[in-house]
Amino acid sequence: MHRLSIRDMGAGLRAKKFSSSELVEHYLRRIQALDSRLNSFVTVTPDRARSAAAAADAILARGEGGPLTGIPLAQKDIFCTEGVRTACGSKMLDNFIAPYSATVVKKLHDDAGAVMLGKCNMDEFAMGSSNETSFYGPVKNPWDLTRVPGGSSGGSVAAVAAGLAPVATATDTGGSIRQPAALTNLTGIKPTYGRVSRYGMIAFASSLDQAGVVARSAEDAAFVLQAMSGFDPLDSTSVDRPVDDLIGGLGKSVKGLKIGLPKEYFADGLATGARAAIDVAIAELTRLGAEFREISLPNSPLSVPTYYVVAPAEASSNLARFDGVRYGHRAEGVKTLEELYKRSRGEGFGAEVQRRIMIGTYVLSHGYYDDYYLKAQQVRKLIYEDFRRAFADVDLVLGPTTTDVAFKLGAKTNDPVAMYLNDIYTIAANLAGIPALSVPCGFVDGLPVGLQLMGNFFDEARLLNVAHQYQQATDWHTRAPKEFA
Amino acid sequence: MSAPAGWEAVIGLEIHCQLQTKSKIFSGAATAYGAAPNTQADAVTLGMPGVLPVLNGDALRMAVKFGLSVGAQIAERCVFARKHYFYPDLPKGYQISQYELPIVFKGHMDIELDGGVTKRIGITRAHLEEDAGKSLHEGFIGQTGIDLNRAGTPLIEIVSEPDIRTAAEAVAYLKKLHQLVVYLGICDGNMQEGSFRCDANVSVRKIGAEKFGTRTETKNVNSFRYVEKAIEYEIGRQVEVIEAGGKIIQETRLFDPGLGETRSMRVKEDANDYRYFPDPDLLPVVVTSGDIEKIRATMPELPEAKRDRFVAQYELTKYDAAVLTAEAALATFYETVVKDSGADPKICANWVTTDLLGALNKAGKEIGDSPVTAGMLAGMLNRIGDKTISGKIAKDVFEAMLAGEGDADSIIKAKGLVQITDEGAIEKAIDDVMTKNPGQLADYRSGKDKLFGFFVGQVMKATQGKANPDAVNRLLKQKLAP
Repeated sequence: MHRLSIRDMGAGLRAKKFSSSELVEHYLRRIQALDSRLNSFVTVTPDRARSAAAAADAILARGEGGPLTGIPLAQKDIFCTEGVRTACGSKMLDNFIAPYSATVVKKLHDDAGAVMLGKCNMDEFAMGSSNETSFYGPVKNPWDLTRVPGGSSGGSVAAVAAGLAPVATATDTGGSIRQPAALTNLTGIKPTYGRVSRYGMIAFASSLDQAGVVARSAEDAAFVLQAMSGFDPLDSTSVDRPVDDLIGGLGKSVKGLKIGLPKEYFADGLATGARAAIDVAIAELTRLGAEFREISLPNSPLSVPTYYVVAPAEASSNLARFDGVRYGHRAEGVKTLEELYKRSRGEGFGAEVQRRIMIGTYVLSHGYYDDYYLKAQQVRKLIYEDFRRAFADVDLVLGPTTTDVAFKLGAKTNDPVAMYLNDIYTIAANLAGIPALSVPCGFVDGLPVGLQLMGNFFDEARLLNVAHQYQQATDWHTRAPKEFA
Repeated sequence: MSAPAGWEAVIGLEIHCQLQTKSKIFSGAATAYGAAPNTQADAVTLGMPGVLPVLNGDALRMAVKFGLSVGAQIAERCVFARKHYFYPDLPKGYQISQYELPIVFKGHMDIELDGGVTKRIGITRAHLEEDAGKSLHEGFIGQTGIDLNRAGTPLIEIVSEPDIRTAAEAVAYLKKLHQLVVYLGICDGNMQEGSFRCDANVSVRKIGAEKFGTRTETKNVNSFRYVEKAIEYEIGRQVEVIEAGGKIIQETRLFDPGLGETRSMRVKEDANDYRYFPDPDLLPVVVTSGDIEKIRATMPELPEAKRDRFVAQYELTKYDAAVLTAEAALATFYETVVKDSGADPKICANWVTTDLLGALNKAGKEIGDSPVTAGMLAGMLNRIGDKTISGKIAKDVFEAMLAGEGDADSIIKAKGLVQITDEGAIEKAIDDVMTKNPGQLADYRSGKDKLFGFFVGQVMKATQGKANPDAVNRLLKQKLAP
């Protein structure tokens, strides 16, 4: 059952081959049996899942409902879910039962009828590229349990790749959907900034964060992204623009599509094996009718430094609310206000979060703001201009998602900068606000390689279309890790 | 009271004015004063993880109205900025405010000083921001209670240029600003409830000096009287310190009303670096000239314009016009009386300013709580106009209305106060009085003119005061003539 696509799952539900309740039991059993090896779930919600499944079955029995009715789904533990612990990978929120639900959660469950299995593990406050900063322990890559699944959405990808959930939500600030998707053979999409509501999504870097999906195929991702997208009056940065028909758009031919290859993305730093897999994919897409040309995104080398000024700055601000006063971790036995703050925050936050808060505070501080934050925001405009110029010539941009396949647990934890460089290909899309996705395109020594497609604003339909066409002609995405088959 | 000889005080005022929107500036939580603690604190107010702010359009419109009323420029594009500091009554660890690009800038307020002199006080800027919650120490042992009902209430912070030179000027500026924001309907002006809060920046310098001296900030002085006292004290204190050879420390001070002194709260030198940056959760606000004109069309008549109109339209003295227009509610009351009664506006003015306000002040009531409504007063004036009662009787009717005995007609009926206008009846009463007082009659007819008043009094007595005084005068003159 866990190998079925969302389309086939939906068909099976309607044909009464199985019920949503049976689907849910199937996944709950798998989680129970297998997740101890992965640590992909922080909170499993069996009771909720069962009542939601029963409700979905009733709707389906009436002949009503949509493509996601009764389909099980895992939520990254960054989305507030009313009445359920929402910990964001942090000790700071280990005791936090959200008093309200994120718009994305409402849309997927209340509106679209998907059934929540539980909350997935993640890097603490979404800060990380390996899911090794979580208070709840690292997540393992189902393809090789000695390696990282990527981050920050490590739990989401591990769960889906191992068949513990058909699909999962995730979030992407500098690559946290695409990079882990690439390392676990999944399709992961980050939509245009403002396409999906951020209300209820615990904020890391407000001008970069976006919610998206990790799935086993572009079509699965399309079903979920369709339900997640749309204007939200509770989010001032959400865009009031109709959502395209993402499923309807999957079938278009890619003939004549112009795809740019940024020369800066195919230079040193990209591992040979990954490069080879991508070259094969380019050949495949050419065969399907796409036309490739070299382009230049000259400000690419500035992406990582720009990001690591802007994101920590916004994070230091967004995390100021975690002070032990109203919710979350409060240190015991404090005698003064200052002690309350220092100890609650010192105890509640892990090392990486503290590091970024300090960097962020520094770059916003008096005397440094102009040289750092202001300058970084100006450089950001240059990076956006690179893409604007590119999209005048090409329809999409293609490049690698990561420099290499999944690395070993612990390999980069002592070198934050080396860890940060994992995001080198993915960060630009967040800075520019454009949509981007990663699709599986091969293996190196049994480990998945991902290929990244970036599009112009609100071009999610085209990205998913190209990914889907590629997936009709190839079968990389259908492979599953043997241990979790 | 001015600064000591040879010295000049330089004063700038910052007013935090709560805008009376129904809900908060960035969320739908209610703003009404006086609710039980934390019952008006929604997820956004509480700074829950994941929440986002959405701007309340009414708050923006009120800020624009304010800007238009002080002749200020309205920013075509203004930006919200985060101002960071840690304090328990600041839920997000930052306040959403405005920094480099405020909604309103470069305005002014003209104040009237003693001797009829007008002085222009510049208004540097007014910006929108959210209020913080309240920290309560009373009733909590070894702890502080945090009430977040107030957190998120919209404020405009109005910053004056340092053009003010005396405590009296400061109070004149404050009073005029206070009147203005209440008139505009953007603030309820309730200083005890914290709707209108004043911080005073004070420094001193030798007269003729070019540079400003070091300034101190005295916070949250919440009555006009206290502002005056606090500024006077601070001027005196600073001069004393400097003359004794000391230096003024840049710091925040609190006014102690009991002692009439300011005392140091914290040293501003070590004050927070607020790390301002544009709030990425909010878009820049664009205000077009079309938007401004729409808002301008909803502006009420402002105090000065209304006062001048009253002088012209109702032929009142400037003084009376000023009294009647001090509060918008009172001005409306007066104009309703004029419209509904058809009486001479000057007479209406007398009744309102003398009889009504006198009574209300004595009872400690506001015009809004007056037992005599504008309609009731107009009704009574109509009865004087149609001669049902005399002006003198009207005073009794008015007292009865104040006491809640009903409107003019029901009181006149109940107490049988209808004026006697029937000349036959009056003549009969006069004849009667003349018959009963032959001695005085003879004296009057032989030249003692002063006795006229005696006869008037007797006739009024005989008619329980109800005889129409004009008729009595006219007929008595006729009948008493030799």
